Amino acid sequence: MSALAHVAGDPAVSPAPPAPETKKRGWTAYLLLLPGVLWLGVFFILPLVQLASVSLQSRYPGFPGYYYRDLNFENYVSALTDYAPHFARSFLYAGLATFFAFVVAYPLAYAMAFKAGRWRNLMMICVIAPFFTSFILRTFAWSQILADEGPVATVLNFLHLLPGGNIINTPLAVVAGLTYNFLPFMVLPIYASLERADPRVIEAGGDLYANGFTTFRTITLPMSMPGVLAGTLLTFIPAAGDFVNMELLGPQQGKMVGNVINDQFLAVPGGYPVAAALSFTLMAAILVMVFLYVRRFGTEELV
Amino acid sequence: MATMTPPTTTPPPTADQSPAYRPSTAKRAQLWLANHFAILTAILVLLYLFLPVAYTFAFSFNDHGKTNIVWQGFTWEHWQDPCGVPGVCESLVTSLQVGVISTIVATVLGTLMALAMVRYRFRGKAASNLLIFVPMATPEIVMGAALLTIFVQGFSNIGVNLGFTTIVFAHIMFCLSFVVVTVRARIQSLDPRIEEAAQDLYASPMQTFWKVTFPLILPGIAGAAMLAFSLSFDDFIITNFVSGNESTFPKFVYVASRRGIPAEANVIGFSMFVIAVLLVVGAQVLASLRASTPRK
Repeated sequence: MSALAHVAGDPAVSPAPPAPETKKRGWTAYLLLLPGVLWLGVFFILPLVQLASVSLQSRYPGFPGYYYRDLNFENYVSALTDYAPHFARSFLYAGLATFFAFVVAYPLAYAMAFKAGRWRNLMMICVIAPFFTSFILRTFAWSQILADEGPVATVLNFLHLLPGGNIINTPLAVVAGLTYNFLPFMVLPIYASLERADPRVIEAGGDLYANGFTTFRTITLPMSMPGVLAGTLLTFIPAAGDFVNMELLGPQQGKMVGNVINDQFLAVPGGYPVAAALSFTLMAAILVMVFLYVRRFGTEELV
Repeated sequence: MATMTPPTTTPPPTADQSPAYRPSTAKRAQLWLANHFAILTAILVLLYLFLPVAYTFAFSFNDHGKTNIVWQGFTWEHWQDPCGVPGVCESLVTSLQVGVISTIVATVLGTLMALAMVRYRFRGKAASNLLIFVPMATPEIVMGAALLTIFVQGFSNIGVNLGFTTIVFAHIMFCLSFVVVTVRARIQSLDPRIEEAAQDLYASPMQTFWKVTFPLILPGIAGAAMLAFSLSFDDFIITNFVSGNESTFPKFVYVASRRGIPAEANVIGFSMFVIAVLLVVGAQVLASLRASTPRK
């Protein structure tokens, strides 16, 4: 995910020069790695192992955090049957949001890379800056902007473009919120890979009598694929696990899997095992999708 | 810093009129639109990105009663006393403390890891790579849930209860991978021959690192630290799982959103936005000033 690094690093870092193989060997590497690996071991791997063991225990109707010590696969059966619609909605909404974010982000990234000139740093700041107003505040702002008496619903209703009559508390609002919230994660990697592309290669397309669209389709887009790949992953993964957009913008019924996990953990007594099984299923599903996706479209730039 | 050919010199790829050809006004408008399509769309997208920020700003002046939802009149009141609502400034202070501590620890640990990953060959490199990548590909809710299960069981036995400490532990963890990839990209972009030259000139490995390598990767480290801080400061999902009764700013806003967010939170949210923009713009100006000063 080297494109990811450009999210914060300065974008003008040139690609690595052809490094001669002079890499050192020795114990120093392990010493350098040790603290970080220990941290990830204790606060990432260990919790996942614990989560896995909880997901195999029976529901204990009492104080949260205590379980029957047994082995039980029912939580997974429940996760895959009772909550299948929630998984489907999560992946559908996250997929739609990823698609819309791509459509919206690409022209912005393209303009930043090729058209912005001396404004490009300012545009970069504009993309990142909204992050600092808490994302909950911004999502709440959307809930008011999209509200029934709000400007968007009023205009769309006036034009008779809104069959249901409202946006807020519908899946549409959820997809809109997800698209908005993860948009910078789509823009920055695409920008990073376009910025590294040589504009002369794109010019060459025009010189060879390709029209604008052909040049874009056969030259620009393929050159930006590493960024598109990183961007879609960085948008899809958090969107699929999100519950805040659904909570603040979505309907009362028909929640996403993130909401179920959150409620089972924090609101339902004895909900830990089912929530753990749901979490694990979500993680496994995402890892499988990421793996297939990277194998299908991946380049060596990723990972 | 090495830059590529400035793309401003590139003629737009769609412009392809021959001088003999005189297009009609409609045709010219069409061409103009085609040429400026990307930039016009970009401006629209930026406006879209800022729309909720503008809403937050506007409603920080709302003279609201119980809920800050309907516009009721203009007031400076909330800007004069942003801490006027109980809990809001306490949660902001907690967020800033968590952010600073997690950023420092994650940046140090991540930079060490990045150095090891780029500069050394060792057994277990592929596994380390995976260990760094997987946390970024794991939804926050899964990490939060997993952390909660160990924090309520194992950690409470050794005296660590849900609260400030557990938030910091969690934030360091999820910032770490992002620091590693950011710093790693910077180290990879360095020419290793610069370091070899230092060694040829009889610099010790320590001298080489502190006098040559470290200053060169510092921009990458600074970028990584900024990223870590913003990830930590804006995190809600993981924090919500591991915070117990402790409240961070995003958690305060989320809890308040059920009964209406007080305008004081808008004041603080918008101020953080302004401060961040000023810091970033300041850093950019400083960097460009330094770049334009001739080196001795």
